[in-house]
Amino acid sequence: MALPRLLDAGEAALVAEFGDRVDPAISDRVLGLDDALRADPPAGLRETVPTYRSLMIHYDPLVLDRDALAARVRALAEGMEAGGEGAGRHAGARWTLPVCYDPDLAEDIGAVAEAIGRPAAEVAALHAGAEYRVYMYGFAPGFAYLGGLPEALAVSRRATPRPPHPANALMIGGGLAAVATVPMPTGWYVVGRTPVRLYRPDQDDPFPVAVGDTLRFSPVDAATFASLEARAAAGESVARREP
Amino acid sequence: MSLLRIDAAGPGTTLQDAGRHGYLRYGFTAAGPMDPLAHATANRALDNPPGAPAIEVSLAGLAVSAEEAPLGVALAGGEFRIALDGEPVPPAAVLTLRPGSTLTVRAGRAGAWCTLAVAGRIDVPPVLGSVATHTRSGVGGLNGRALQAGDALRIGEARPGPGEVHALVAPWLDRPPEEIRVVLGPQDDAFAADQIAAFLAGPWTVTPRGDRMACFLDGTPLTHARGYNIVSDGIAMGAIQVPGEGRPIVLMADRQSTGGYPKIATVIGPDLGRLAQAQAGTRLRFRAVSVAEAVAARRAEAEALAPPVAREPLVRSAFTPEFLLGRNLIGGVVDGAA
Repeated sequence: MALPRLLDAGEAALVAEFGDRVDPAISDRVLGLDDALRADPPAGLRETVPTYRSLMIHYDPLVLDRDALAARVRALAEGMEAGGEGAGRHAGARWTLPVCYDPDLAEDIGAVAEAIGRPAAEVAALHAGAEYRVYMYGFAPGFAYLGGLPEALAVSRRATPRPPHPANALMIGGGLAAVATVPMPTGWYVVGRTPVRLYRPDQDDPFPVAVGDTLRFSPVDAATFASLEARAAAGESVARREP
Repeated sequence: MSLLRIDAAGPGTTLQDAGRHGYLRYGFTAAGPMDPLAHATANRALDNPPGAPAIEVSLAGLAVSAEEAPLGVALAGGEFRIALDGEPVPPAAVLTLRPGSTLTVRAGRAGAWCTLAVAGRIDVPPVLGSVATHTRSGVGGLNGRALQAGDALRIGEARPGPGEVHALVAPWLDRPPEEIRVVLGPQDDAFAADQIAAFLAGPWTVTPRGDRMACFLDGTPLTHARGYNIVSDGIAMGAIQVPGEGRPIVLMADRQSTGGYPKIATVIGPDLGRLAQAQAGTRLRFRAVSVAEAVAARRAEAEALAPPVAREPLVRSAFTPEFLLGRNLIGGVVDGAA
């Protein structure tokens, strides 16, 4: 794989772009560079934002010179190419999240079933049968974009947005999947609900799931969802994590 | 302890500090001031720490009063019409707000935002280390919302200001909005050379649609070389994205952390406030500069704010006719009597 293109986003952000598509190999490079930069951050590095295809590096240009930062990024990327540290697949945590696919909670699962010509139960089984990677967050606090959606569920987005989705919704649209924490109007379809909060500002770790982590979904019925939801609302962690 | 009471507040007036940094990777908008230079100037004028919380007043205006103890106040930003008990105050000023007095901040002939800082610490619990308000996600400030009449802010370690109103000598706030400097990219290669030239030639007109999230521009639409659907990547403050219909949108303090339209250029940090202060109807052009030029402008800005902000007392009898016209005194008197 080629070295990243380095693009200036003004004088205080540098973009290291590894590709122009959604691809696990590109995501590995993005996360590898992110890990390497954050393990030994140069003075003046403010924060980094991994996305599907690039790493945006925000920096203070009065402390960190643009060309010095670019040289550092190039050296780290070359090291990754040469099979050095950070070259391997990004090792994220693995999570299992309980999800309820009951149509009362999964408001749009019927619409997706109709769109792909299969029963709602099969939509749920397909969705729960896959393994997902958190490619990036964006759009809203705790809105996690996931890769790994089965091809059979690749419905296009809605022509017009629906009213705000419920909190902690599992959504699909445009061939992608997401966990959406904060209710917002959306052009995606709600196919499930989880009691797990990916954004919980009152806890010590407000964002438990990191970019690069892997998610699996474990179906639960509506009664179990209700009881897990009550426990999560009280601050308990109801997701299972393997390091 | 002193109390700053909000007697009246139009929509869009919020508490902002330097922003909630470090959480863009979790989709969390930084928020923070629309005009960072005005915010920094107001805090500097009171010897507050850099990035201390302050009130960002929108064009819809604000009226405040102090309770319990006199309170130093600094104002900086656009050319707002400011009055202390009906007496006009320069748009960049320091003063003492005494219990029983009222300070009003109203839209003026230029500028869209006015920072009101207080001498002391605005005591509001931070969320993820910051009090910056992001109303779209309901985070920061007072319960994640804009300020409204009836709110009261506790001011810790409150200090009085000068005995008389003083004008701030802050020439760096005089920023005509006609020319905004940009660094091209990160997706300038999504546009043919003639479209880059058209983007820089302009002119672009600021539309009334803008808010803390974005500044929408009107003008001859730009065309993309290879469509406008790109895979989402990060968005810096000042990023100028060009959606399918071709009119540029400048993403500001409350922008989303990532997005999917090609970004033709990015407004340089020192000109973010200049753009934010442009009222609807302002015609502007963009000028491309190098990263080195942008950094030099940043350095100049930091150097201007390093020493204490000079101030000069107002001598009421010495008002020139130009000054009075500039203050729109007649309107002020009518408003004051209302």
